[in-house]
Formats: sequence, structure tokens, C-alpha cells
Amino acid sequence: MRRVDAAPMLALDAVTVIWPGRKAGAPGYCAVKDVTFAVEPGEFLSLVGPTGCGKSTLLNVAAGLLPPSSGAVLVGGERLSGINRRAGYLFQADALMPWRSARENVEAGLLFAGAERAEARERAERWLRRVGLGGFGDRYPHQLSGGMRKRVALAQTLILEPHILLMDEPFGALDVQTRHLMENELLELWSAECPSVIFITHDLEEAISLSDRVILLSAGPATRPIGEFRIDLPRPRDVAEIRLTPRFLQVHGEIWRAMRAEVLKAYAASQRLG
Amino acid sequence: MQRASVSDRTARRARRRGVLYAYRALLLVAVFLLWYALTELAVLPGFFFGRPLVVLQRVWEWFSSGKIYPHLGVTLIETVLAFVIGTLLGVAVGLWLGLNPLAAALLDPYIKAANAMPRVILAPIFAVWFGLGIASKVALGITLVFFIVFFNVFQGVREVSPVVVSSVRMLGASRRQLLRHVYLPSATSWVFSSLHTSVGMAFVGAVVGEYLGSAAGVGYLILQAEGTFDINTVFAGILVLTGFALLLDAVVSATESRLLTWRPRAAAEETL
Repeated sequence: MRRVDAAPMLALDAVTVIWPGRKAGAPGYCAVKDVTFAVEPGEFLSLVGPTGCGKSTLLNVAAGLLPPSSGAVLVGGERLSGINRRAGYLFQADALMPWRSARENVEAGLLFAGAERAEARERAERWLRRVGLGGFGDRYPHQLSGGMRKRVALAQTLILEPHILLMDEPFGALDVQTRHLMENELLELWSAECPSVIFITHDLEEAISLSDRVILLSAGPATRPIGEFRIDLPRPRDVAEIRLTPRFLQVHGEIWRAMRAEVLKAYAASQRLG
Repeated sequence: MQRASVSDRTARRARRRGVLYAYRALLLVAVFLLWYALTELAVLPGFFFGRPLVVLQRVWEWFSSGKIYPHLGVTLIETVLAFVIGTLLGVAVGLWLGLNPLAAALLDPYIKAANAMPRVILAPIFAVWFGLGIASKVALGITLVFFIVFFNVFQGVREVSPVVVSSVRMLGASRRQLLRHVYLPSATSWVFSSLHTSVGMAFVGAVVGEYLGSAAGVGYLILQAEGTFDINTVFAGILVLTGFALLLDAVVSATESRLLTWRPRAAAEETL
């Protein structure tokens, strides 16, 4: 299944991000510190950490939207500068263009790249059908439900066939049933298209049920990886059912014990500050 | 069962709206009757307050003889030109300054000063520069329209969702495509939200310009009538201008609902 390649698909090498302080000379806020990890071709990797720990910052660095203060991002072994052209990004918030219909949103990337209108349109229709929205192409985002908007965003990203899929808590705002549905569909699309995925969440169960590998991040400031766990649950998976298997509970218990110390530390830190 | 109750409700709503319209018409008639009574009974001097019957007759004469049309045409052309040029300038400068914080910071006090200045004062200067024809009225209208559109576009550009910008950049948009597909549509929606005000301002510019010195237009008719103390014609002119302004506003509303289909409806349905 996996593409065989010498270099990892995407690697962060000692990435540090420091936000400048308000006044000149004041010490900045160190969001992430010395983060090194890599994702292999076709691998599904989740980053799990407490809220506000700089997970989105890491993803923005990987996307090339935010240059790191120090360290480097390597894409297929080459140093990244500017936007990461091989990556697609699924945002936590709604990122569709509200003035474009669902189809116009999905075909946007193809048209930016100079594709022909008729071909782009046809491929967009095909992708809308693939995410279960055939016949909804003429609706505007405000006429779609939250789950449907996420599907449009997924089609909009995947139509460009990215090698790397960056996902920032994309299903955080959905209700549990819709969320499980979307997660299963994501796994299906992933196994068909085989991109490397970096999936960010604070929900450990979500991370385990989706991923090949889970990296735990420490509480901020100066977030860094504190643990790495390989998830050897069999595929294909059903995200709702797999949560009931003994192996899942065993893995979950193991990671949770490691994470609890971090959660407590973050809580203690917030108490000291408060 | 349910369908019946729904159609029932729409019928009731339609009836209620009919009653509302009837009362509105009644209010208008009542005001005219009051005006008529007060001037006929000489409570108010007709010389200063006009006589409604004569006013309506004057309006009727204007339209039946066709004498008013060239004047309305001139006012309309001035309004449309001022609106179009002012809007284009406002969009261009708004986009430019919205995307260039440095230029915006540099020009900020001057723009505020220019906007604070009562621009009607410029009318005589424009008359000297551009003559008594259409151009000076259009120039006055532009100075009024420009700032409304400019401030809206400027605000619109700054309030584009950063997530949408990031997302479109990740989809591979170049700087130009970002401008064309994100900033421009976003700014357009802000232009439309100010459309009623800016068309109104273009109209004000045209009429005030005519009133301060011209050879044609409804403002000119009013100016002429005032010169001969013909108060009835002044009132007739005001009546025609009001009707014309309402018509323009209706056209704007129709255009707006056609071009902004992507927007949620809720806010657009208010009456006032």
C-alpha cells in the first residue's frame, strides 16, 4: 500500500516558533520548542495535546504559512520555503469562500492551476459525488449544514491530489454521530488516495481510532513531543466499533497514563498563573 | 393538515400586508387633505405653503406635456455617472489602501480630513473648474459617493477571514488570484451593503449641484421657480424628486437581491 521512498514525506527538524513580545526587548512567547518529527509516505499521523499547546502553530509551519523562528521543514527531503505546494490543509474553522457555490469552491484549486473550465467542472462534480454531495453543487455554503461544509472542504482539498494532508481538528465542531460518519469517510478516502496525513486533535480516542502513529505534545508554552505510540489496530477500521475492542482500550490506557501527567502539569501551570 | 395550516398562515400574512399598505396609502391621503384644508381655510398662507391641488396639477402637466423628461434625464445621467465613477474609484483606492498598511497609515489623516469637510462647499469650485454643465454635478456627486464606498471597501478588505485567505493560498492561488477571487468579492459585498446610501448620495450631489447653478435638471426647475416665488412649482419639483429617489432605491434593491444570492437572507428582509 505504502509508497516506498527514501526520504520521509514531510519532516520537521528542530522547529522553534517564538512570537515576538509586545514591547521591543521584551521576551517573546515561545509557542513550540525544538520539535522534530517526520511522517512517512501514506502514513496517518496524529498529534495530540492539550488545548492551546501550539498544535495549530506546528501545522501552519508544515503548511509553509508560518516560517519557523529556527529549524527547518523538509518536504521529500528538500527544504521548504514559501507555501508547501504538495500539501492540502483542512482548517478547523469554515474556510470555504462564501460567495462561491459548493462546486465553484471545489473546482477553485484546479482553476488556479490553469485547468480548463469544463474539465474542472466535471472533476468537481465527480468529487462532490464522492463525498456524498452529488446534486448539492449549486448550493452556497450558508445553505449547507456544518457536516456538508466539511465534506465540500474535503473535496476542495483532495481534488488537487495532495501528497500531504494537514488537518487541524477538522471535525471538532460536529456532533458525535456526524463526526464518526466523517471519520469513516475520511479513512476510506485516505486508503484510496494514500496521502500522508498529519491530523491534529485534543481527543485521544479520535487520534487512536484513525491513526498509524500518535505523537503526544506537552502543554504550552514551549510545546515539544513527549511520547510516541504506534497504533497496530487492524485496518480497515470502523471508528465507532473499534473503540469497543480490548486492544483499543489497552492502547488508550497506556497513552492516557502518559498524558495525564502532562494534563496535570498544564493545570498546575494555569493555577500558578491565575 | 399541516399544508393547510401553512397556506392558511401565508394567506393571513398576505391579508395583514394588504391592510398595512391600505393604512399607508390612507396616511398619505390624510397628510394631503390636512395640507389642503389648512391652506384652503387660510390657516396657512398659500403663498408660502403652496396649494396641493395646484402642485398636483403642475406635476400632471409636466408629465403629460413631456416637459419634465429632459430634466429628469439630465439628473439621472448625473446621478448614474457620479455613482459609477465614485464607486470604481472607491473600490480601487479601498483595495489599494486595504492591502498596503504603510500607504494607509501615511494617508490616514488626510482621508479623515477630506471626509470631515462638508463637500457641498466644493460645488462653486467645481462650477468654476468644470462649467455649469453635467461635469460639475458629477464631480460633486463623486466626492460624496467615493468616501462611502472607500470606507466600506477598506473595512471589507481588512475583515476578510484570515482562514479563507490561508485556505485559498493553500489551494495554490497566486497574489493576483487572491485579489480577484477573495478580496474583490468580499469588498463587493461591502459595496452592496452601502449601495442604498451611495446611490442616494450621488442623487444628492446631482440635485444640489443643479440647484447651485445649472442650465438643466430637476434642481434647475426648482431654482427657476424659486426665483419667481412660484412655491407650487417648487413643491411639485420636490414631489417629483422624492418619487424619483424612491424609484432609484427600488432598482437598487432589485439589483442587490439578484447579485447577492450567496448571502443569507435574514437581514435583507427588514422594511426599514
